[in-house]
Amino acid sequence: MPSPSAAPDGTAFDATRPYRLNPSVALRPEPFGALAYHFGNRRLSFLKAPELVDLVRGLDRHPSAGAALAEVPDARREAFLRALASLAAADMIVPQRSGTGARR
Amino acid sequence: MTTLHDPPPAAQRVPALVEQFKGGLHAPICLTWEWTYACNLSCVHCLSSSGRRDPRELSTDEIKSVIDELQRMQVFYINVGGGEPTVRPDFWELLDYAIAHRVGVKFSTNGVRLTPERARRLASTDYVDVQISLDGATREVNDAVRGPGSYDMAVRAMENLAEAGFDGFKISVVMTRRNVAQLDDFAALADRYGAQLRITRLRPSGRGADVWDELHPTAEQQRELYHWLVGHGEKVLTGDSFFHLNALGSTPIPGLNLCGAGRVVCLIDPVGDVYACPFAIHDAFRAGNVRSPGGFERVWRTSDLFAGLRRPSSGGACSGCPAYDTCQGGCMAAKFFTGLPLDGPDPECVRGHGAAALSAVDPDALPRQGNDHSHRTVPLGMPTVRSRRPDRLCDESPLAGLEPM
Repeated sequence: MPSPSAAPDGTAFDATRPYRLNPSVALRPEPFGALAYHFGNRRLSFLKAPELVDLVRGLDRHPSAGAALAEVPDARREAFLRALASLAAADMIVPQRSGTGARR
Repeated sequence: MTTLHDPPPAAQRVPALVEQFKGGLHAPICLTWEWTYACNLSCVHCLSSSGRRDPRELSTDEIKSVIDELQRMQVFYINVGGGEPTVRPDFWELLDYAIAHRVGVKFSTNGVRLTPERARRLASTDYVDVQISLDGATREVNDAVRGPGSYDMAVRAMENLAEAGFDGFKISVVMTRRNVAQLDDFAALADRYGAQLRITRLRPSGRGADVWDELHPTAEQQRELYHWLVGHGEKVLTGDSFFHLNALGSTPIPGLNLCGAGRVVCLIDPVGDVYACPFAIHDAFRAGNVRSPGGFERVWRTSDLFAGLRRPSSGGACSGCPAYDTCQGGCMAAKFFTGLPLDGPDPECVRGHGAAALSAVDPDALPRQGNDHSHRTVPLGMPTVRSRRPDRLCDESPLAGLEPM
């Protein structure tokens, strides 16, 4: 289990940067949210809220992870931020190269 | 030999999920799929009583069509076993097919087909994992359970994998009274080959029922095992086998610690029957068949048996026990095949409730084991149970005692 602070490439999760779901990861809808499976490192993660699944799926439509989080209700933002950091550490979400990050 | 189930390490462990898992998932996380009952060995504890091929086994095309279905259901990987799956002539074709359809494969083998060339091909294939079965860190201990020559066969396979650069394959050990003392030796063996150790629980299932009394770990060995796992657990896989030991201390063994049968786990046997778990090949735990209309998906989602397993259960006779929250009553299959009620203690209950309950079980009333595909002659050391005594003291004829027609 990787530490939640650093992604495999050594960079820490940075909410000011744009992220997207890793193309090697598949999400399987489940009653609690989704199973995320990484075909590259065969790691399994649990996204434990449907709203978190929506957030992760929609990351690449925002200029930064922070901008995506801004749409999350206040009460859950902190928890979802931690979840994103943990998903980044597990290589489930990855930084986008482009600074705009917007997918049209 | 039968595969067991290990979820890959979870990046996020959230205890509340365990409660969600009890209600079942859209598709299994750990699907064990036995591709044949045929086996070159006759291990005394074989969960599936394997040996001879069953003529009704799924054909190449049928297996491929179930793989297609698993891909649609997003079952990301399967644990393939048997029998010895690699003795199927189409094994490598099916392996390639599954991988090409994004269904990863971990297969369990005794090593019989793992030549240096095959090991090199496996090492260069993504999305496949290999699990070598070994039940003794020494030839003597292993071969007493798995048969003469099986230790050397496994070691040769491990050497071939290591030589080919296959990093992190699994060495899978069923813990018995004879090998608990070898835990450190198994760990050293795994280190030597760049492999990962996986230890699982001996179940009284299949031929395991015949030897369970003499081979299941003693209470003292269970304590040794628990403490060893608490100390080494992050490095060692267990297929969530040992959650019944959690009542031995305040530190839980790493893992989900729940019975996943029909909830996150199931078994497809070589003839397509779907069972709640790999240790419960018996009509009482058969949910359906992949050949029936709706296929595997309908069985997983709508079978009455699985629906029942996903309903909240009470602790039954264990509900008053302070350890119930940690041990969850133990293993359903272990209880069933030792004749204990499913809502009572595990036969290996660390509080001793199982041993007490076992003493009240009528041995003649034990459930019969399911499909027996054992070789008709078992040339192994462990004595098999004789159904009746010879009628003359020195008469060992197989016909002795038969009534004249």
